[in-house]
Amino acid sequence: MVENLNIEPAKPAAGSAGIARTQFLNLGNEAINLESGQKLENVTLAYETYGRLNAEKNNAILIEHAFSGDAHAAGLHEGETAPGWWDNMIGPGKAFDTNRYFVVCSNMIGGCKGSTGPSSTDPRTGKPYGLRFPVITVADMIEAQRHLIDHLGIRRLLAVSGGSMGGMLTLQWVASYPDRVRSAIPIATTLKHSPQQIAFNEVGRQAVMADPSWRNGDYYETGQPERGLAVARMIGHITYMSDTSMEEKFSRRLKEENYSFSFNADFEVEGYLRYRGDNFVKRFDANSYLYITKAMDYFDLSGDKLILPGRMLDTRFLVIAFKSDWLYPAYQSEKLVNLLKTRHVDTTFCEITSTYGHDAFLLEVEEQTHLISHFLDKTFQGYSVSQQS
Amino acid sequence: MSENQIQLDYQVITSLVQPGARVLDLGCGDGELLAHLARARAAKVQGVELDEQSIYKCVAKGLSVFHSDIDSGLAGYPDQSFDVVILNESIQQVKKVDYVLEEALRVGRRVIVGFPNFAHYRVRWGLLFNGRSPTTPNLPFQWHNTPNLRFLSISDFHHYCMERGIKVLKAYYLGKKKALHVLPNLRAFNAIFVISNGQIKK
Repeated sequence: MVENLNIEPAKPAAGSAGIARTQFLNLGNEAINLESGQKLENVTLAYETYGRLNAEKNNAILIEHAFSGDAHAAGLHEGETAPGWWDNMIGPGKAFDTNRYFVVCSNMIGGCKGSTGPSSTDPRTGKPYGLRFPVITVADMIEAQRHLIDHLGIRRLLAVSGGSMGGMLTLQWVASYPDRVRSAIPIATTLKHSPQQIAFNEVGRQAVMADPSWRNGDYYETGQPERGLAVARMIGHITYMSDTSMEEKFSRRLKEENYSFSFNADFEVEGYLRYRGDNFVKRFDANSYLYITKAMDYFDLSGDKLILPGRMLDTRFLVIAFKSDWLYPAYQSEKLVNLLKTRHVDTTFCEITSTYGHDAFLLEVEEQTHLISHFLDKTFQGYSVSQQS
Repeated sequence: MSENQIQLDYQVITSLVQPGARVLDLGCGDGELLAHLARARAAKVQGVELDEQSIYKCVAKGLSVFHSDIDSGLAGYPDQSFDVVILNESIQQVKKVDYVLEEALRVGRRVIVGFPNFAHYRVRWGLLFNGRSPTTPNLPFQWHNTPNLRFLSISDFHHYCMERGIKVLKAYYLGKKKALHVLPNLRAFNAIFVISNGQIKK
């Protein structure tokens, strides 16, 4: 909780970003040159926008979604009741205030939510790519997204922000296009995937690939490896919570009154994980799971890779971590902060107290809203405090 | 601490900061001093603060601040990367004083250290005649709730600097409303030292 702040809320009551519509940009003949040396052709990007781009085109904020997210970050799709995945942070009067800022979110390539990925049609065969889709990296994802930002006529982004893998994409923007990022807000993320993070991803991939329905990725006519993908997602959900949050959410509560003395889901936590796993397979492609987790594992901007040697970076940073997050522990954010320190980058760092674990970046709205709205305000207004005299 | 006292130590510190200077404040609290320096001196300011609620207040003031303890907050900074490093009312709460001061002197061309004087006559009086841990406007805490780990006097700090070869460039001794010159160790509520490691050109 943000306590005792003698600060008047600078904004009206928070509201919804309204009816959102996913749009599509086809890059046509413009192929993406991938880090692997291969090319990706006929690329489509799914994206949504909220708010209005001003005449100076200096109020654009790019939101990067996490591993299983999509372009639908805020507002409601026509006829649906569930809002976008970061709706509590994006909208009029919210952290990313759509009354002031033009907010863009796009689905990463390799995904399965409208942007080109392994489930898309391979123009050479007329069939889904499957494993013929080239292995892509976080830098490749940003390269594709850069075309979208060009298409929208945005020269310099006011901010790029995202949590978890979205934080990696945020950092990659700074590494790839430092001049085009006025400020960066990486949340619950890392400069490089650790062995523990790679290990969890590998277990998830093995669960998918061990399912006979996977068929080396050629399952689009026969049905996807649901069991393997569900198990992978169950593991993921454990890593997103904390010991404390699981105790609070489930404790040892049973679904029925007594033990079943079988291998049915006796405990609420078992039921929850099964439910999450089963739901995930309805909305996510197993091959996308493989490609995107691999991109995360390859991610490494440590050393001089975030900011090239000798380069002065005038991107401002707001780095946020959470106390109970053991998947992307706060020390990883501190390493990022230390790197920024050595390079004289204007940086703010806050480790927010939370018991939610990694999920905190989706749940700790009040603290993040306070930090982000003030940080963006300062960034948008220029360095007003230090320029007053 | 009284309102006047706050004004006075801020005034002294502000007078010591050159316009446009790069300033690092270790233990910056809610950022009042930094915001003042940014306004009055157009200083490029950065804070380090351990308390989470204080971080929110700093950010609301538009300040850049690291959520970290002072004992580890200096690692990573290149040598002499700040014109001024400030330890105002925080040195008495630091665990590793030698390390923090060495690091502050490495990172900053000059270091400003402000602390409450534990040898003020009211402190001496309280201990001598009341037989109880003294409380004063500058040391308002009880023995059981004080955040202060160290109780140093003006003479202590002079002695410390001499022992370690730290150059004292200036020292200001502050009474209730103005700076003092006579018997400061007895009469000053707090002190502001400007120190350097003696190797830099003045």
